[in-house]
Amino acid sequence: MEAIGDAPDRSLFERVGKDRAGMEAIERPNLTYWQDAWRRLKANRMAVFALCVVGLYVVMAVVGPWMTSYSYTATDAKATDALPSAAHWFGTDMLGRDLWSRVWMGARTSLMIGFVATLLNTLVGGLIGGVAGYYGGAVDMVLMRVVDVLYGIPYIIVAILMMVVMEPGMGSLIVAMVVTRWIGMARFVRGEVMRVKESDFVAAARVLGASDATILVRHIMPNLMGLIITNTMMAIPNAIFTEAFLSFIGLGIQPPECSWGLLAREGSQTLSIYPLKLFFPAFFISTTMLALNLLGDGLRDALDPRLRGE
Amino acid sequence: MGRYILKRILISLATLLVLVTVVFALVRLMPGDPFSSEKMTPQVRQNLERYYGFDKPVLEQYLTYMGRLVRGDLGYSMKYANVTVNEIIAKAFPYSADLGLRALAIAVSVGLTLGVVSALNRKKPIDAVCVVVAIIGTSIPDFIMGYVLQYFFGIRWGLLPIAQYKGFAYTILPSVGLGFYTLALVSRLMRSSMLEVVQQDYVKTARAKGASRFRIVRKHMIRNAILPIVTVLGPITASVLTGTFVIESIFAIPGMGKFYVSSVQSLDYTLVLGMTVFFGAFLVTANLIVDVLYGIVDPRIRVARG
Repeated sequence: MEAIGDAPDRSLFERVGKDRAGMEAIERPNLTYWQDAWRRLKANRMAVFALCVVGLYVVMAVVGPWMTSYSYTATDAKATDALPSAAHWFGTDMLGRDLWSRVWMGARTSLMIGFVATLLNTLVGGLIGGVAGYYGGAVDMVLMRVVDVLYGIPYIIVAILMMVVMEPGMGSLIVAMVVTRWIGMARFVRGEVMRVKESDFVAAARVLGASDATILVRHIMPNLMGLIITNTMMAIPNAIFTEAFLSFIGLGIQPPECSWGLLAREGSQTLSIYPLKLFFPAFFISTTMLALNLLGDGLRDALDPRLRGE
Repeated sequence: MGRYILKRILISLATLLVLVTVVFALVRLMPGDPFSSEKMTPQVRQNLERYYGFDKPVLEQYLTYMGRLVRGDLGYSMKYANVTVNEIIAKAFPYSADLGLRALAIAVSVGLTLGVVSALNRKKPIDAVCVVVAIIGTSIPDFIMGYVLQYFFGIRWGLLPIAQYKGFAYTILPSVGLGFYTLALVSRLMRSSMLEVVQQDYVKTARAKGASRFRIVRKHMIRNAILPIVTVLGPITASVLTGTFVIESIFAIPGMGKFYVSSVQSLDYTLVLGMTVFFGAFLVTANLIVDVLYGIVDPRIRVARG
């Protein structure tokens, strides 16, 4: 009978020793900040779904109007207020215009305004806020007093009046939105730049002789990119809503051009008889805003995990 | 505290001055004029222009207007004969105020409740329901919400009146339509604010000392979690006010929003100006109150904002 506590047979084992070269090797691929953010975003199923929805709408805005032979402005007196059918997939409006092509032409306008207005806002606000935050002093003082004063002005009222003064249309809508909305972004960027400019890496860059412009563009801005992108993303639904609101009260896009807000306005006039005419624009406005909100939340979590709400 | 309030008041006055000036300029830049109509003769037009002071230089008109404004006189409407802007506001504002207050009451009470319930039942079905309501609510523009409510509850099922404002039943749809977005926003904010508070040491301390769950939630958690909500009260008031522009049109309520949109379209200079000044003063005051309130509720702010 063998003793239980016998030492194991050493010949079965082999000494490995230290792998000095392998110790420093990096096992996993080295991910950049953006690859890492993309990986986190992909893991968020809601955000991916939202991204697909937004992508689908953008694609449809480009190709949708070409999928049917009806022009979005062509009227047809024999087929007014038609219900959806094989010929007119979403039906027609009170002048017999095909709603499928109008909805997707409207998507072009609404999405374009949403993206362009927000992008310009970020550029203008980011530039002003960045410069004010970086230089501080008198520039900052003056700017912040201006922002303090302008911040309290109800932007929608000014936007409404500007729309009356200017020729109605897409360009005017974008101008009205940028003029009234850059303040929020400027405020935000200023605060962030002030926070980051005290960091050691900025001091290091300065010691190495980097110019102000280099520090601001190469060192500070890349560090704020995640936050700025998140904020911009969150502002897009707002811009789309503002366009819809202004067009809805009759001050935005004018027929025969169209946008989702204008289609909602046209559809609302015959709500009790033809509810579908309001349903389509309402559905697309709401789902776009929903998808953009979800995508914004996902981006926030992916770009700055510390801010995760949970 | 006194210095802080004084500074806020000065900023608010400057905001108002800028607003009035900008709006005055914008209104004059509008194409067309309020007197254009087919029956207009040159003589009548001249008399009207003299009556409203349009024959004078713009700067003089501006100073005259500001002079009257200081005394609270907003002038005569240009479309409604012999009616002053003050009278129109006095007639329309109660409707809007009533509607807005109802909407705010629904939004804040239901929104806070949803947020608290949702945070306390984290990862349970009820939380999921609240989160979905919040996300959907912040994604549907108020004019669409208004029409959806009007169509289903009014036209389709015939449960509630679809227009006008003549009693409690009439107020339900417009105030829910107006308040839904805010409700969703408040519940979302309250939920994340509560979730943050749950992890705080003072909550653990209270639990360790044996305070009842109800007491902890009511006295320790909600009181602290509600602070961030106070900051958004200003923007919320602004968004409810904007919402009245469309909700009042949808439900045919003779309030400020409906008048405002129609006066802009008919280029009624004095009415547009007067109502904008009124809206502006209202919002600026609301923001001022919120700022001061926040300074009182959270003493840390006063030092930071100085």
